[in-house]
Amino acid sequence: MEVFQSHRKSSSNNVIVSILPFYRSAPPLEVRLEDFEFFAMDRLRVLKGISDGLCRGKKPEEMEKLVVDLWKANMRHPQAVEEVNKDIISHFVLRLVYCRTEELRKWFLSMETTLFRHRFRLESSEAQRALMSEFKLPYKAVSNAEFESVKDKLGQVARSMGQNLAAADAIFYKVPFEEVPDLVSGRRVFIHKGHAYVAMNQVVSLVVTQFRSYISKALILTNRKWTSTIREQEKDRLTPIVEALCTSYLGPDYSQPQEFGEISIKDIDQVAKTSFPLCMRHLFEKVKEDHHLKHGGRMQLGLFLKGVGLKLDDALAFWKAEFAPKVSAERFDKEYAYNIRHNYGREGKRTDYTPYSCQKIISVTPGIGDHHGCPYRHFSEENLRAALVRMGLSSRAVEDVMDKVHNRHYQLACTLTFEAVHGSSCDAGINHPNQYFIDSQRVLQSKNGSVA
Amino acid sequence: MTKEEADNGRDDMVIDVPGQANAVPDGFNANYLRIYYGKLFPHADMFKWMSYGNDGKHPGCDKSYFGRREFSFTLENDIYIRFQSFNSVTELENSIKEKCPFKIDIGPVYSVDPAKRHAYAQSGNNVFTPVERELVFDIDISDYDDVRYCCTGADVCLECWPLMTIAIKVIDTSLRDDFGFNHILWVYSGRRGVHCWVCDGKARRLTNEQRAAIADYFHVYKGNENSQKKISLPGLVLHPFLARSYTEVLKGFFEAKLLPNQNLLASEERYEKILEMIPDASVASELRRRWQENKRASMSKDDINIVRWEQLKSILQSGKQKMQGLRRCVEEIVFSYTYPRLDMEVSRHMNHLLKAPFCVHPKTGRVCVPIDPNNCDEFDPTTVPTLSQLLEELNRGGLRQDAENEWDRTSLGESVAFFRTSFLQPLLKSCKEEIENSYNAKLQQSKNDLSW
Repeated sequence: MEVFQSHRKSSSNNVIVSILPFYRSAPPLEVRLEDFEFFAMDRLRVLKGISDGLCRGKKPEEMEKLVVDLWKANMRHPQAVEEVNKDIISHFVLRLVYCRTEELRKWFLSMETTLFRHRFRLESSEAQRALMSEFKLPYKAVSNAEFESVKDKLGQVARSMGQNLAAADAIFYKVPFEEVPDLVSGRRVFIHKGHAYVAMNQVVSLVVTQFRSYISKALILTNRKWTSTIREQEKDRLTPIVEALCTSYLGPDYSQPQEFGEISIKDIDQVAKTSFPLCMRHLFEKVKEDHHLKHGGRMQLGLFLKGVGLKLDDALAFWKAEFAPKVSAERFDKEYAYNIRHNYGREGKRTDYTPYSCQKIISVTPGIGDHHGCPYRHFSEENLRAALVRMGLSSRAVEDVMDKVHNRHYQLACTLTFEAVHGSSCDAGINHPNQYFIDSQRVLQSKNGSVA
Repeated sequence: MTKEEADNGRDDMVIDVPGQANAVPDGFNANYLRIYYGKLFPHADMFKWMSYGNDGKHPGCDKSYFGRREFSFTLENDIYIRFQSFNSVTELENSIKEKCPFKIDIGPVYSVDPAKRHAYAQSGNNVFTPVERELVFDIDISDYDDVRYCCTGADVCLECWPLMTIAIKVIDTSLRDDFGFNHILWVYSGRRGVHCWVCDGKARRLTNEQRAAIADYFHVYKGNENSQKKISLPGLVLHPFLARSYTEVLKGFFEAKLLPNQNLLASEERYEKILEMIPDASVASELRRRWQENKRASMSKDDINIVRWEQLKSILQSGKQKMQGLRRCVEEIVFSYTYPRLDMEVSRHMNHLLKAPFCVHPKTGRVCVPIDPNNCDEFDPTTVPTLSQLLEELNRGGLRQDAENEWDRTSLGESVAFFRTSFLQPLLKSCKEEIENSYNAKLQQSKNDLSW
């Protein structure tokens, strides 16, 4: 078992403590079947907690604290060796659970990388340097001469982030920009002729990128092994546990419309007013107003409508009719129909696309001419207030919602909106636009005894 | 594209009977295209480009490389065919001449010949997947509609085209100086924008994540009509990339050209848009008051826009302003009017298809010619050769047989020559070196391996 375990720090040895594993190979340990399940569930609580934190747009410092709290609550063990074992075992079990589809892999990779990033940051800089050499990253520290020549620019970058270039930070690493995509992305490094000048405190990014790339490849391999041998071999023992672990935590994906079966075109206008969450209402209004939507909006709204129960033929008729003032029927058939059919799994590789969850919608970046995304996050305050008033919220309710928005609790804001519109509480909170729709229809049905 | 133009219905033009006057009526149709593809479209050059040196002459060449590239054709009647691939220049040329596509798109190089993709799709191991693709950018002037008053939508004139010119300057400089890329091709999109193809080996091998990082590095203009603030430049100073773009390109252009030409401060409607960007209401009101009083009186002969801009700058940049958010306000205003607005989605994914250079735009008849970034100020979209113009020039040229290439008899000759000398030749030279070096390294490696 290749756990990187540095020597313990004690007053006599003066060496660093670090128990951060890289999960390079499955542990040759014996695990009890219950531990197999329980360890995984504990870790899943940590990952799910991280997922929620990201959804709410928490800042890095807040995330760091969250990770510490989650880890303490779920993964701590008085004996370090036991803690490391649980860490490693739970990771490998979850690999089995989350290797099986592209979407699961993406989620798992994202959460594990975030977890690793924050745990790494919490290590001392000596420990970090040790871990870096363990990872065999061949990056050279910048020579003094070169440092002098770029010092001004490095200082500029630091100050652009509200920091200062302290003398202590004079250790910079020169690495190809491809290795630090998140630093490049946020313009947090000086780049010149393809090289990024990475500060010691940003070194995290280097290691995390390696970690991420390694886990990503490992997941693909795990999936192959799972499909070819493990699933069948373990069908009486581990497989049921693995399959249960997955569905119990991700919740319904609304790919198959359930209770309300079908919604037809003539119903849409009405239910849009009563049961659509704000994000979809906005898109719906825009398509009626502009007789067009850009790709992001068509995907978000289109998949939502599919989840709501709109059949393919009705969907085609809906979009065609809405676009008619700007797009001729022939042009519609050529340029848009294919994509709609694609969404319903009738073209190409026939993937049946699932409607977007709140997490996904909040995380997008709508560009020029776009109307998708989460209004609680992406609208200006003025526009959001106006939209809430149009939905019928009282000024008191609007204030409550805006309070959540200012604290970046976008899903809570949507939940409050739901409660204000329907006059009833929503304890589970909103996680998915289709959930909003279903809950709304339920409330209205129980009030009126019919679909509103 | 939020405002699609209705079809112009130019498809019913008839070509001149040979022997009559040389004049060729304006238009775009299959007959014209047939001649264009027959005599003018530079098939061999496109083939050489797409082969990236893999012409079979060196033992290190990959003979399958060109055949793994996807092309897509849009035929007359909007029939769209994807996953076209060819194994030689002859196949490429014959297919284009035979099918006469109204548009040719270039996709990625896949792991296997796209024609054989179905044989691989089953295994679920992503064996049919893009492996190389140029880093591409797409800038469209219709995304600037909120800052140009001379034209809207698909129209372009010499007043607003300079917005494209400065976008080229900002992005091109950064691609070379910051990212170290060398083989960059800028192309006129034929109507209202520009495309950029970065062809270095390093660029072609970038992952989607790395492409997204570069796109994000360039992503400064964020937002649409729903959000308020489109440009946010926090921090005490600007990142070196932004600072350089501002001082070398954007500031000068904004103050000397855009401001007076588009009359950005001359009327209340227009100056309100700028005043909205000032976070300090008292400063905004002060300026508003001054400008409302000043409506008819003109103190000096200077352009009113420039006078008012100086007033605005002197208030905002005076030492007295301590309020946070005001610090970078002037830059934010300049950036929001002039900073390049890229289509992020185009650059992020390897499988995005992009129109090939030297295609003819169906709505304007103009050829998608390369633009020299070092002389982009001179580029005039209104004088780009059109299809009919080129055919006319061919007619006038008579029966000269000595010209090696037909395009030298026409205005297209200049573009092809530029393509060859400034882009293709240096690129191929570099590719050859890369192939040789890589081959020699492999030889050395296997020699090392053989030593017992």
